[in-house]
This record gives sequence, structure tokens and C-alpha cells, in this order.
Amino acid sequence: MSTTAPELRLPPSRHLTPPEVRELERTWSDRPGILGWLATVDHKHIARRFIVTCFVFFLLGGLLAAAMRMQLARPENDLLGPDLYNQIFTMHGSTMMFLFAVPVMQAVAIYFVPLMVGARNIAFPRTAAFSYWILLAGGVFLFVGFVLNIGPDVGWFAYVPLSGPQYSPGKRADWWAQMITFTEVSALLASICIIATVFKLRAPGMTLTRIPLFVWASLVTAFMILFAMPAVMLASTMLIMDRLIGTHFFNPADGGDALLWQHLFWFFGHPEVYIIFIPGLGMLSSIIAPFARRPIYGYPAMVLSLIATAFLGFALWVHHMFATNVAELGKSFFTAASMVIAIPTAIQIFCWIATLWTGKLNFRTPLLYVLGFFFILILGGLTGVMLASVSLDTQIHDTFFVVAHLHYVLIGGAVFPLFGAFYYWFPKMTGRMLSERLGRWNFWLFFIGFNVAFFPMHILGLEGMPRRVYTYPAELGWGTLNLVSTLGAVTIAVSVLLFILNVVVSLRRGALAPDNPWGAGTLEWATSSPPPACNFVDVPIVHGREPLWQPTRGPEYVTGLATHAREVLVTSVVDALPDQRLMQPDSTIWPFVSSLAVSAMFVGSIFNPWAIVWGAIPVAIALTAWFWPGREETRKALALEKAP
Amino acid sequence: MNDARAAVEPRRRRQRPAPADGTALDVRELPSYGFGDHSLMWWGTWGIILIEGTVFALAVMAYFYLRTRVANWPASVDYPGPLWGTINLVIVLLSAIPNVWAKRAAEARDLPDVRKWTWVLLAIALATIAVRFLEFKSLNVRWDSNAYGSIVWTLLGLHTVHLLTDAYDTAVLAVLLVTGPLEGKRFSDVAENALYWNFVVAAWVPIYAVIYIAPRVI
Repeated sequence: MSTTAPELRLPPSRHLTPPEVRELERTWSDRPGILGWLATVDHKHIARRFIVTCFVFFLLGGLLAAAMRMQLARPENDLLGPDLYNQIFTMHGSTMMFLFAVPVMQAVAIYFVPLMVGARNIAFPRTAAFSYWILLAGGVFLFVGFVLNIGPDVGWFAYVPLSGPQYSPGKRADWWAQMITFTEVSALLASICIIATVFKLRAPGMTLTRIPLFVWASLVTAFMILFAMPAVMLASTMLIMDRLIGTHFFNPADGGDALLWQHLFWFFGHPEVYIIFIPGLGMLSSIIAPFARRPIYGYPAMVLSLIATAFLGFALWVHHMFATNVAELGKSFFTAASMVIAIPTAIQIFCWIATLWTGKLNFRTPLLYVLGFFFILILGGLTGVMLASVSLDTQIHDTFFVVAHLHYVLIGGAVFPLFGAFYYWFPKMTGRMLSERLGRWNFWLFFIGFNVAFFPMHILGLEGMPRRVYTYPAELGWGTLNLVSTLGAVTIAVSVLLFILNVVVSLRRGALAPDNPWGAGTLEWATSSPPPACNFVDVPIVHGREPLWQPTRGPEYVTGLATHAREVLVTSVVDALPDQRLMQPDSTIWPFVSSLAVSAMFVGSIFNPWAIVWGAIPVAIALTAWFWPGREETRKALALEKAP
Repeated sequence: MNDARAAVEPRRRRQRPAPADGTALDVRELPSYGFGDHSLMWWGTWGIILIEGTVFALAVMAYFYLRTRVANWPASVDYPGPLWGTINLVIVLLSAIPNVWAKRAAEARDLPDVRKWTWVLLAIALATIAVRFLEFKSLNVRWDSNAYGSIVWTLLGLHTVHLLTDAYDTAVLAVLLVTGPLEGKRFSDVAENALYWNFVVAAWVPIYAVIYIAPRVI
């Protein structure tokens, strides 16, 4: 990407001389060469890799989905056998959830949260780099397993006893469980970076009531990750221990219990849906304001709805277990909670409608994706309210109705906003505009293809077609609808190909993007496109929610940060009052090396539990080298030091 | 230290002062590190504490969940012997005192005291690890005996991992405090390390209660 981007234009400074601006830029730039590339701690570079990597996994997951649709296109098809089909649907679900949906949302946050709050970099940049490398390692690990025929085949939620030692001998389920460890470590660490950035690195004046809604969404999501992901890590660790060292967590014969798995998994798994969905809501708010040419209506209601959604998201997990023997009273509680959560989402939708209604609309591709979101998400939300009813859920549990519902929610709620956000922010990331014409084709083919592919699944599910079967007999009469669904999948594939074409062509020949091509009001548009290594030559001072739409009053920028050291301004949590000049650590290869050491430990432990012990030694060495301060860096820090 | 400061000081002075027209906010006199919620590392440490606290809480819930699955608890094995666990409880609780002193010394930037208390804390952490091995031996159950054994070993194992990582962390800091290179920010690292040790202490109380008291009363 960087080779084809237009030459960086350093924005003029209000108070630094041109040599000082160049020094500042040199200070924040990566060292040249492959080592410099591996050592980067620039949040923009990390996030760009993150986004590209997640998109590659999205394509791989999409190819797996296409293979399933081909197999199901006609009854009694023998394109894929049952064993391969099991692997493929497990790989598809696991890839889309753990290697695409969650990390891509965090990746966008890693790119844009620092820019939107006016920071020169993310907090804990080395940890952010490690988070990327460990996700990449986890994804490569999963697909290497698939290619070696040890790809997991137990479904993306790997229910015991199927995934336990008795019914899944071999390494396939271990592969799944350890992929979880990789991806969750990545997500948890990225969350800490995002939380610290939002709380402590905001530009002066950006009080909590002024931060952009996307930043709120990223913050709420990061907190959800902190409390949700530990559940799946604990569960997958218990599973792997049951399989490798003979514990009995899920073995009823020795006091264990299979439902414990479901409780722990869904205590993560349901918040997971909102972890994917809430960043999408933030993206929508970011897009709607400039494309309606007015601020979002009801900012406090929007923020409170995000927070309410996050809390309620933790009170729904049992609705995935209505077909089990949990107590009836419990089921009633979870039914009520599942219906209540529709309220904060509805509040946000009404606020967006109010914004669009009273705004002057600019019908470009990002806005099309927003409108597509409304249509699809509302359909998915309605089937969600249906599934919250125990009696109905028991009837259609594990059928294609659920497959239709979850794709309406996740593609409508997350992938459509994500594509919209991609069109919206691409100019900022690359300095080029995406083609509007290809964008419209991309959108309409996606929108139509999606509904053609997934709407028939509602009917198939109501007719009783179970999910996760590799074929079905012709007499059941499901052939036509399945064929229609496959044609829809082909349409989506064409649409995604057009998207890739659009990106490739626009990177080379797209119109040059000005700093603020959409006339938006948030800070990421205040710097050049693409932003310089230091993000902001002059750290801005904020006086309202849409800083670029407001008349300036009072101080406008910060002076006194070093140009020869990576100093960032730390501000207070609530009011964003200037608090500290913190020198950030330099670029370093150690997060990359640490990720290799940690990967070796994780992979080794599948084959021998002692690998945890021996593997910990290189991990400890790498982490120590990561932490150990360099003499040159310390000298620089001492020169700038001022005690509190 | 002073040489280095002299070398870079002129560069900073060369930067022009902020314009007097009120358009700029000059931050050059702000401190370059801080303690408590001023420190970014404090937030990072709390993030880790929230994650690991959630893991502990879920493991405790799994314990009580598994309890409901069987008639007798622990099934067909003895209660865990409380001696070494209780000794560890005493050591860990008492360690909170030197831990506070280490934190205070760090906040006062008193390097000799910081060094001293860091080494003391390292010794305490190593002692708790030694006692912990005896604890595993007195659990009276193996991890692969039954689900009770699995969850008890997991609870104790999770806490042991924290003892090990904190001991290593403290060792690295203790060595760095002797060899350098040092700067003010290292004092806030010591304070954050003390915060993390407080978490390890606080976590041990409920886990101790679950492992040693719960089977006798439920």
C-alpha cells in the first residue's frame, strides 16, 4: 500500500519551523528496511496490516462458504464428503468470528481512535504490535492445520462431548482450542491499548462528553472484550486439559458436566455478537453525521444506549441454550433480557433516522451501506426477537432459520457498516478516493446477493432443514431454495471481487483525496491524507463534539512537545486537561520476536504439556528484552524528564 | 545524568516559546511521568487485573457449578490439608506491608529503599512459590482423579501462574534497579508492580476460601 500512496505532504505547522517539522516526522518514522518494517510501533502501520490480514481471512472464510453453497446447491450432491464438510463449516465459522469480525473491528479502532482523539500514537504501541503478530500467527496456525487435514471439525462453538477426548481423537479439536488462545490474547491486549488511549491520550478539551461516537463504541467494545474473552479462554483451556492431561471438567462419568462448556462458551459467545456489532454502530454514526451534514441527533441517548447494550449483552447467554435442560424460570429471565436488548438498539436507530430525516443527504457509497444496514439489521433483529421465545426456539433450534438470523445480524450489523466505513475512511488511509461507480456496483450486488442468499434460509429452516448437514434427500423438496441461495452467494462473490478491483485500481489511479473529502467534523480529518507519522504536526485543542465544524475560540493547538523524542500528551480522564508529556518507547523488533516465542509455546503445548514450561523460557527472555530500557533512549528521557 | 541533560537542554531551549496571542497552550513544563491514575501503566495494569480477575471469578463459578453435579464433595477423596495453604495465606497477607513500603519509597523516589523493598518482595514471592509446591502435594487429589480434582488444581494453578509471573517481573525490576539504566519512569514501574502484587494478594483470599473452606462447609 505504502509504495503506491501519493507522496506524503507534511502539513504546515502553526509554530514549528520546517526543519523542526522534518525532525518531528523523522522521530516518529520507522527505520528503513525489513527490520524497520517488522519493528514498527506506528498504530497506522499496525492497523493497516491488521485490516489487510483480516480481509484476507474474510476472503478465505468466504471461499469456504462458497464451497458449502456449491455442495448444498442440489440434493444428494457429492462435491464434498461429510468429513471435509464438517471441517469447512467449522473453519468458516471460526475464521469469520475469530480471525475476521472481532479483529477487523479492533483494527479499525487501532487506526482511527488515536486520530479521532487527536493523539500522536496509540497507548502501549509495542503491545498493539504484539497483538497483531499473535493474531497473524493464530490465523496461519489454523489454516496450516486445515491444509494438513487437522482442521477442526466440531463446529465454531466446539460443543462437548463431541469435541472431547472420546468423540474427537486426534488433534483437530486441540487445533481449534489453541486457535482460540491465540486470537483471544490478541483481542485482550488490543483492548487494553484502546482503553488507555481513549482515557488518557485525548487532545486537551476533548471531555468525555465530546468524544466521537465511534470512539465511544470502541471503548465500550474493549471493555466487553475484557470481561467476555476470559470465559472462552478458560473454557478452551479446560477442553484442551480434558483432552491432553486427563482432567474431567466435561466428563459426566467423573463428576464433570457437558453444559458447563455451553455456559462458559456462551457467556463469551453472546457478548461476542455485540463485540462485533457495537463497533459497527460507531462506524454508522461516523458516516451518518457528514452524509446528513449535521451532528448526530441525541448524543447522550446514543452513548447510554451503547453502554446499556454492553451490559445487557452479558445477560443473554442462556438463550443459546433453550434446547437444554436449564431451569424454566431461568429461561423466562433470558427471554425477557433478549427482548429488552432490542430497546437500546431501537433508540439508536430512531436517533439515526432523526438525523437523516433532518439532514441534507449526500447519497454516496458509504451512505448506501448505512441504508443497507437498516434494512438487513432490522430483519435480523426481528428474527432475533422471535428466537428469544423459548417455544419457537425449541422448534427451529439448529435449523437454517438460525443460520439466516445470525447472518442477517452479523453481515447486516457489522459487515455492511464495515464496508461503508471502508469507503468512508479509505481516502484518509491511502490519500486516494475509491471509485464511486464501482462502489455502487459493489453495494447493490452485495445487497441483492445477500438477500437472495440468506432470505431463503429462513424458509428452509422453518421447513426443518437442519444446519451442518452436508446434504439432503431430493424428496424433501429443499433443492430449489438451496439453489437460489447458492446463486445469491455467487452474486456476493462477484460483488467482493469488484470491491477488490476497486481497491487495487484506486490505489494506483484513484483521485487524490483532500484532507477532508466528505466535509466531516471529527479530528481524523484535520490532518493530511494519509496522515504523517506523527499524526498531527500541531496537537489540536478541542472545543466541541465536531471540532472541524465549530468556530475556533481560545487556544487552538499545543506547543512544547519535543520534536526529537516521541512525546505524547497525556490528559486527565474526564476533562482531558493536560497532565503529562510522556515519552513513548521506540520501534523495536521484540514484540515480533515475542510473538514467535509465544506461538512456539502454544503450538508445542498441543503435542506435549511440558512445552508450557520449556516454552516459557524463550518467552520470558523475549519479554525481558522488550521491557529492558535502552541506554540511548534513557538518556533522551532523562534530558526531558520532569518529576511530578 | 547531568551530562546528558546538558547535551539536549539547548535543543529544548531553542524551541520558541508559545505565541502570546492565546492561540497555543504550552505544555513544556508538565511532568514527564506520574503515579496512580496519572500513569498510563497504571491503566494497563488495571486492564490486566480486570482480565485475570474475570478468569478467577469464572473458575470459582465453575467450581460451584461442578459442586451441584455430584452428591458428595469432594467425591471419594479427603479434604485438602489446610496447613501449607494457611501458611501461604499468612505470608501473602503479611507481604502486603512491605509492598506498601515499596510503593511509598517509589513515590518518594528513594532509590535505596526502592531497591531494598523490591528485593524483599522478590524473596517473599519465591517463598510463597516454595510453599505452593507443598500445597499441591497436600491437596489429597490429583487433577485427573475427578472433576473436583480438576477444578481445584486449576484454581491453585491459576494463582500459581500469577505468583510465578510476578516473581519474574519483580526479579527483572530488582536487577534493573541495580544495573540501570534508570529514569524517573522506573519508579512508577515499581509502584505498578506493587499494585499488581496487591491483586495477587487479594485474589488469594477468596481462592484460599474456595479450596480449603468451601469443601468442608458445602
